Amino acid sequence: MSRLTAAFDRARSENRAAFVAYLCAGDPDFESSVAACRALLANGVDVLELGVPFSDPLADGLTNQLAAQRALEGGMTAARVFELVRKLRETSQVPVVFYTYYNLVFSQGVEAYVREARAAGVDALLTLDLPPEEAGELIAACRQHGLDTVFIVAPTTPESRLQVIAAAATGFIYYVSREGVTGVRDQVAQDIPAAVARIKRHTSLPVAVGFGISTRAQVAEVGAAADGVVVGSALVNCIRDNLRDRSRIAPVLAAKAAELSAGVKRTRA
Amino acid sequence: MSANSNVPPPLDRFSQPDPGGHFGSYGGVFVPETLMTALKELGEAYDVARKDPAFINELRLHLKEFAGRPTQLYFAERLTQHAGGAKIYLKREDLLHTGAHKINNALAQALLAKRMGKKRIIAETGAGQHGVATAAACAKFGLECVVYMGAHDMERQALNVFRMRLMGAEVRGVEAGQKTLKEAINEAMRDWVTNVRATHYILGTAYGAHPYPMMVRDFHRVIGQEAKEQILAREGRLPDELIACVGGGSNAIGLFFEFLEDLGVKMTGVEAGGHGIKRGEHAARFAGGRLGVLQGCKTFLLQDADGQIELTHSVSAGLDYAAVGPEHAFYRDRGRIQFAYATDDEVLETFQLCSRLEGIIPALESTHALVEGLKRAKSLSKDKVIIVNLSGRGDKDVQQVQAMLAKK
Repeated sequence: MSRLTAAFDRARSENRAAFVAYLCAGDPDFESSVAACRALLANGVDVLELGVPFSDPLADGLTNQLAAQRALEGGMTAARVFELVRKLRETSQVPVVFYTYYNLVFSQGVEAYVREARAAGVDALLTLDLPPEEAGELIAACRQHGLDTVFIVAPTTPESRLQVIAAAATGFIYYVSREGVTGVRDQVAQDIPAAVARIKRHTSLPVAVGFGISTRAQVAEVGAAADGVVVGSALVNCIRDNLRDRSRIAPVLAAKAAELSAGVKRTRA
Repeated sequence: MSANSNVPPPLDRFSQPDPGGHFGSYGGVFVPETLMTALKELGEAYDVARKDPAFINELRLHLKEFAGRPTQLYFAERLTQHAGGAKIYLKREDLLHTGAHKINNALAQALLAKRMGKKRIIAETGAGQHGVATAAACAKFGLECVVYMGAHDMERQALNVFRMRLMGAEVRGVEAGQKTLKEAINEAMRDWVTNVRATHYILGTAYGAHPYPMMVRDFHRVIGQEAKEQILAREGRLPDELIACVGGGSNAIGLFFEFLEDLGVKMTGVEAGGHGIKRGEHAARFAGGRLGVLQGCKTFLLQDADGQIELTHSVSAGLDYAAVGPEHAFYRDRGRIQFAYATDDEVLETFQLCSRLEGIIPALESTHALVEGLKRAKSLSKDKVIIVNLSGRGDKDVQQVQAMLAKK
């Protein structure tokens, strides 16, 4: 069983949703990023999603764009991203999902990239601009090396595509609850329970829901309907707001993660 | 160059990319899931429209009465004399309404959006020519129009920004990254992801996810269709060479497509050589790039070892882009289209030369093709015939060129 599957199983056995936290790898610099990730891992995070900084993050809102820019300007490279994962693996077995863009994988040779990711301790790839139709090479490499392949379902995804996506996905399915790019929203989408139920007709995989979730109440609300709740921009903002004193990033994130992850603790009766 | 000795297999000019939008190993659909359904619907709507006489006839009418087609094929007598070799003809897309070939595609896609019931249009623009064409088409058809443009491009093409706003478009400056065309496309795609149900994205070049490269190509095929008739009427034979500038590659594929099966016609796409082929100083993807995936398709990209997209530079905003249309990469592999580049300095010189000798001020983009056209003409005998696609006019560039010349 993959670490990712085990994490969702454990949450389910505790009658709660899994708490999935996102940060951009290397934001704002390598050392601060290691500390930031460790702060999350020590405060109720079941799955860590690491954004791999890309020069052209066209599916991301401004918060994550600026995070990627800070990381790249801070000297983040493909090799350093793997180094970051190895560093986290010294102290944690929490599953790590790379949230990335396909050129960063493709340009390295898909199989070589997947092999290196596995060796570093990465558990899954979520490639934002790679639909299942184009993902044959990536899926084959991930199966060969034991990585999960996470795919996205959107509100615009029709029934006919759900089967295609379910067939390509392992680990979990990521439902983006809104049309649009990543970022904090005032309210979570209204129809999440129905959407999760629709997806579950096509798969036995856990369904995690993200995009726009930023408060404990929203985490609890979404966690009541989904197997996992993803929070990204609200955490990235903790970095953005503490750039002047980077030593504050980890403690602020620790508190934020503890607060938000408490939202999943009481999701199911 | 060497590829002509290898005769490529015949091409079926009505051939399409495969159902997934691939031209060989290029193209495809690489977008966030949210857009997959919109692209499929667009492909289906286009497939119906392209066979519908009502759509074809209406488009033809607008191209004639609004855009000013057909455009002339003009014998550039004094440029020909200057080069002292092959005859140089200019396909005068610069004479079209709004100043460039871009209006062919903008009108067609706006008409298609209307058919699809989409009332809001978004577009990206580099030099501003596609933005102006889209703004004009939207004004004509009563569609809401938002154009994304890099902040740096807004500065160097201020006149086009004002034009778009005059025609009722909202121009949104993009401050990210290098503040040029690539960032404008990122931002347009973010808008589309957010507003996909009611919005159509009029992509301005033969680039991006399927069906865009095929569809945009088809909407510009009229350039080559006219040129072929015109040169046959004028010279009684096919040209020896066709030359066009290539940013994404829409004017080039528009001119070339009709001649693909005419293997005696050599075709050359001209990329932006900028300050020369050094990292970050140019936009010649075939000279300094390698295979990658960006903004919807697989093609040649300027990228670093990690796969990060590299900075580009060109004197012309319209060619200042890190990737090239996938169909160009496909025909280059088959040896059917050759590629060259022109540097900023060559372009500045030829911009003035063409203005002085022909009384035609060419767009900086199109001037790249002229640079290569003059080189080729010099190397060929006087009985040879070259057609250069003068894809746009240079009115938008005069302020920039004036400033550059003042510095020299």
